[in-house]
Amino acid sequence: MTKEVVTISKSNGPVLRISKATLGYDERPLWSNLDLEVAQGEFIAIIGANGSGKTSLLRSILGQEKLNSGKIFLNEKPVSHGSRKIGYIPQSRTLDAHTPLLARDLLTMGLNGHRYGVPFTSRKDKSRVEHILGCIDGHELANLPVGQLSGGQLQRFRVGQAVIDEPDLILADEPLSALDLAQQGILADLIDRERKDHSAAVLFVTHDVNPVLDMVDRVLYLANGQFKIGTPDEVMRSDVLSELYGAQVDVVRNQGRIVILGTHGADHEHHDHEEWK
Amino acid sequence: MIFDFSDYDKLLPLVTNSLIAAALLGLMGGLIGIFVMTRDSSFAVHGISEISFAGAAVALLVGLDVVLGSVIGSAVAAILIGILGTRAKDRNSIIAVLMPFGLGIGILALSLYEGRTSNKFGLLTGQIIAIDSPSLFWLTGISIFVILVLVTIWRPLQFASLDTEVAKARGVATGKLGFGFLLLLGLAVAASVQVVGALLVLSLLVTPAAAALRVTSSPKLAPLLSVSFAMTSAIGGILLALGGGLPVSPYITSVSFFIYLVARVVEVMKKRSAKASVTKGLKA
Repeated sequence: MTKEVVTISKSNGPVLRISKATLGYDERPLWSNLDLEVAQGEFIAIIGANGSGKTSLLRSILGQEKLNSGKIFLNEKPVSHGSRKIGYIPQSRTLDAHTPLLARDLLTMGLNGHRYGVPFTSRKDKSRVEHILGCIDGHELANLPVGQLSGGQLQRFRVGQAVIDEPDLILADEPLSALDLAQQGILADLIDRERKDHSAAVLFVTHDVNPVLDMVDRVLYLANGQFKIGTPDEVMRSDVLSELYGAQVDVVRNQGRIVILGTHGADHEHHDHEEWK
Repeated sequence: MIFDFSDYDKLLPLVTNSLIAAALLGLMGGLIGIFVMTRDSSFAVHGISEISFAGAAVALLVGLDVVLGSVIGSAVAAILIGILGTRAKDRNSIIAVLMPFGLGIGILALSLYEGRTSNKFGLLTGQIIAIDSPSLFWLTGISIFVILVLVTIWRPLQFASLDTEVAKARGVATGKLGFGFLLLLGLAVAASVQVVGALLVLSLLVTPAAAALRVTSSPKLAPLLSVSFAMTSAIGGILLALGGGLPVSPYITSVSFFIYLVARVVEVMKKRSAKASVTKGLKA
């Protein structure tokens, strides 16, 4: 029943439209003239080395970073300081042991944490929390203090928190970092399933495309102040990335995984170059 | 004899005002204390209370209402901390810079004041037994206002305090809420200074919440426990002081400290029993 309501409320235009956006500090652009339209339910991986401006892009979409030029629209409206149409999955960071929150409260806050007024959680909201607990297999952990959750457990609740209010767009900022490979796989699958169930688009910042390779529609690769957008097959190629980095880069495919060789050197040169300039 | 409860029935009616004030302060202090703890603002409480004291002392000197002076002092402190200390790292140093300056002004004003000495001491160490009706009126007004606003902004403030990044992404005005919180804290401090004194405000605005967070992680239970600890300290302190004949502040701070100690013991016992049950589970 909820799903019908959601499909009706969502318009047909792009969820997110970035138009001629440039961001940089000290005249060095992180990226310039970035154009990107994100369709409903689309999964886009944002890849690049540290300092390539991946997180800054998310911050710009959240209105926390001011573009040098260009515009960003969420549901055809200029972005402001965050939005209830956005679900956000932060990096995995364990929370302080004395944080007065139970795991289930993360979900509740995702649903009504923005609401002013007497802090009562309605029966409808409570049953919504129970529903999401089922989706993320979190019933057993629900009443544990958040400070006692492991990194992987916490991230499961983060995914639930991000989807519980039926967002149009999920922003994920390296949500798999600090997790082991098995957990990365479980969590990537969970994000994929939940975004499909809630027909939300995803911008997924990561330095490794492999955990999400099967679910990615397009890749936005940032490097060297430039970018490439396209399907993984179009972007994750030796010639394309070599051009982007301005140095020889080898993209090797092995058993369905992509390994990029040589970016370290390329990045390093770039760094040295910057420092001397 | 430290305690003498023989005239208790005659003394009790004399302190009804004080008991009402204590109950309200406990409610307010216990609630706002939860955010003082989760926003790591204990030092801000201390800083604001010293400057609140300065405001009260100046008011006493120039013949203005003491509560008004203390509210103005608190508000100035809260605004300065809010504007200059937006980053957590800056905040503590800003407070450390402002506090001695405020305290200095307060001491200067008191040394120039030629009225009753008990008034002077009261500002630093509390005067709840001597609380009069106009002060009670102020106190009630301020506490009720703080409690109502705090309950209204509870959810967004909690989101902003405990899960800042996500709250920002969801459009919660974390910066404005933080500033609003400091202003509320300023009012709460100004009210508490009247009763327990500038030096002992922490015992009502921090200790009860700190104790509560030792024994529970439930966001519902924590404020309930914190409020009951704060009320027990404030009311219990007065009732003990009646029999003891000493100033009320040491009783309040002692009760509140004792509760904190018990909370820490309970915490250790809870951890032990949790470990024991894990070991049992492994053996079984």
